[in-house]
Amino acid sequence: MEEFINSVTLDKDKCKGCTNCIKTCPTEAIRVRNGKAYIIKERCIDCGECIRVCPHHAKKAVADKLEMIGNYQKAIALPAPSFYGQFPSEYSRKKLLIALKNIGFDGVFEVAAGAELVSAETEKRLQTENFKKPMISSACPAVVRLIQMRFPGLIDNILKLESPMQISAVMARKLFSEKFGISENELGIFFISPCAAKVTAVKSPIGIKKSAVNGVIPISEIYGLVHESLKNTEDDNQTNIFSSDIGVGWAGSGGESNALSSGKTLAVDGIQNIIKVFEQIENDKIENVVFIEALSCPEGCLGGPLAVENRYVAKSRLKQHMEEAKSEKAQIKPVLSKAITWSEPIFPSSVLKLDDDVMIALGKIEQIEKIEKDLPGLDCGACGAPNCKALAEDIVRGIAKETDCVFKLRERVRQLASEMIELESELPHTMNRTEKNEN
Amino acid sequence: MNQSMVKVFDIQKDDFISAGEASSSVKKILKQLGVSPEVIKRAVISMYEAEMNAVIHGGGGKGYAEFFKEHIEIIIEDNGPGIENIELAMQEGYSTAPGNIREMGFGAGMGLPNIKKHSDQLEIKSEVGKGTTLKITINF
Repeated sequence: MEEFINSVTLDKDKCKGCTNCIKTCPTEAIRVRNGKAYIIKERCIDCGECIRVCPHHAKKAVADKLEMIGNYQKAIALPAPSFYGQFPSEYSRKKLLIALKNIGFDGVFEVAAGAELVSAETEKRLQTENFKKPMISSACPAVVRLIQMRFPGLIDNILKLESPMQISAVMARKLFSEKFGISENELGIFFISPCAAKVTAVKSPIGIKKSAVNGVIPISEIYGLVHESLKNTEDDNQTNIFSSDIGVGWAGSGGESNALSSGKTLAVDGIQNIIKVFEQIENDKIENVVFIEALSCPEGCLGGPLAVENRYVAKSRLKQHMEEAKSEKAQIKPVLSKAITWSEPIFPSSVLKLDDDVMIALGKIEQIEKIEKDLPGLDCGACGAPNCKALAEDIVRGIAKETDCVFKLRERVRQLASEMIELESELPHTMNRTEKNEN
Repeated sequence: MNQSMVKVFDIQKDDFISAGEASSSVKKILKQLGVSPEVIKRAVISMYEAEMNAVIHGGGGKGYAEFFKEHIEIIIEDNGPGIENIELAMQEGYSTAPGNIREMGFGAGMGLPNIKKHSDQLEIKSEVGKGTTLKITINF
């Protein structure tokens, strides 16, 4: 298997070994071992659920630092559309872009512009029979990986277009290297991200060979600086608006589907909700829907684990930006004429498979069921697995043992204790002197 | 080791909340077996249709899924009214589902033809007044 890189990682010092994260993980990728959470990398899809649910903030996304922009001659910031929802709406989108630039970048380019190219191409693909319907958006990297792992039958439905981030990075690289008269690799492109999965999408991309983005900086990392910078931000004539309300709208759930002319769309947010909808697509039970927008975070990217503002407040602000953007036009001609199709194939992941041999796998399933029947069925999580069934599977996979279950352990102790009592009464004849003396 | 594994499911009449659970659990097993997505899809769609037929028309019944090395056999038996004219029931769009069920988006016909389309083999045994048994075979 190719090298796997995960953005979501554990801060061991903060982890208390509680069971909150193991229970909410949609791919059952976390176990508690030696009193600390442990992420099974092959199973993690970087959805960020555990980051949201951990009461001790022990889960974090590994991303890049702002200092990294110093490694390049010129650095360009690529704010995700959700960036606009993070700050008070008295500041216009243009002001926000200038303030972002002023914290140390040499230019800004809106990811919303790339999003609009994706929308235009999606619209075209919906008109032809060449693409399998319902088409499932590939905008959310966690969703793409969820499909690889849990819904391999839906791989053909994925809209195989490069992401707005990637397309915008390609456009920004061309535009600014020409503008500054430097070579394309002297230019650093930095995605300003609400999303942990985008870090993985850059370092270990799906569908493309290499990402055009050099670094991913969390919105939360630059939030304070932009806030400060906004106070002394004046309008300038050099910073441009790159998109209209369509691209800006991509930040929230429903934005991508509202950009399409067809009403036969379905927008779902929250990873557990997505799983339910995908189950229905697999059963062929969703009729008359041609496009599915699925975003892993509640309220879409506005609810991303690396965003700062409350997702509903951010949503309200975004609405105002979209209103304003309706009367605005992109001030720069798109550098690319259309969105780019994936160059690389996508494969199902095999982590759920129990064995390469069907008969051995069947035997393992029977073993799992047998062990599970014998477990208490309380799904308490004290064993470090999310539920009894997962423990049974772990035992069969050889990464856990039955006595990891506290109830099983207690049963064994009790058994042992009663055996000891039994043994206690059976003293060797040579030791039973008191009785003999009495006789 | 056994040559196959059988899973048995109860199918409850008009229970739309747990309807589909049998096919969901079969789907999960097929994924653990590493069966190809295309085969899983066919198995799940046909089993789901058959399960829903038993829920809507058949007054509930039992489901059996038997996993072999190279195929799966799904049997859905119900104790319903039986099918008077199997040939007619095999026609797309033909339905005997009552209006209230159709309003829920189920029972628009297509059940049996859809199962036939997705399976490698389909056997239908039905006796009016006694019930219907479907045997669906899907090769890996």
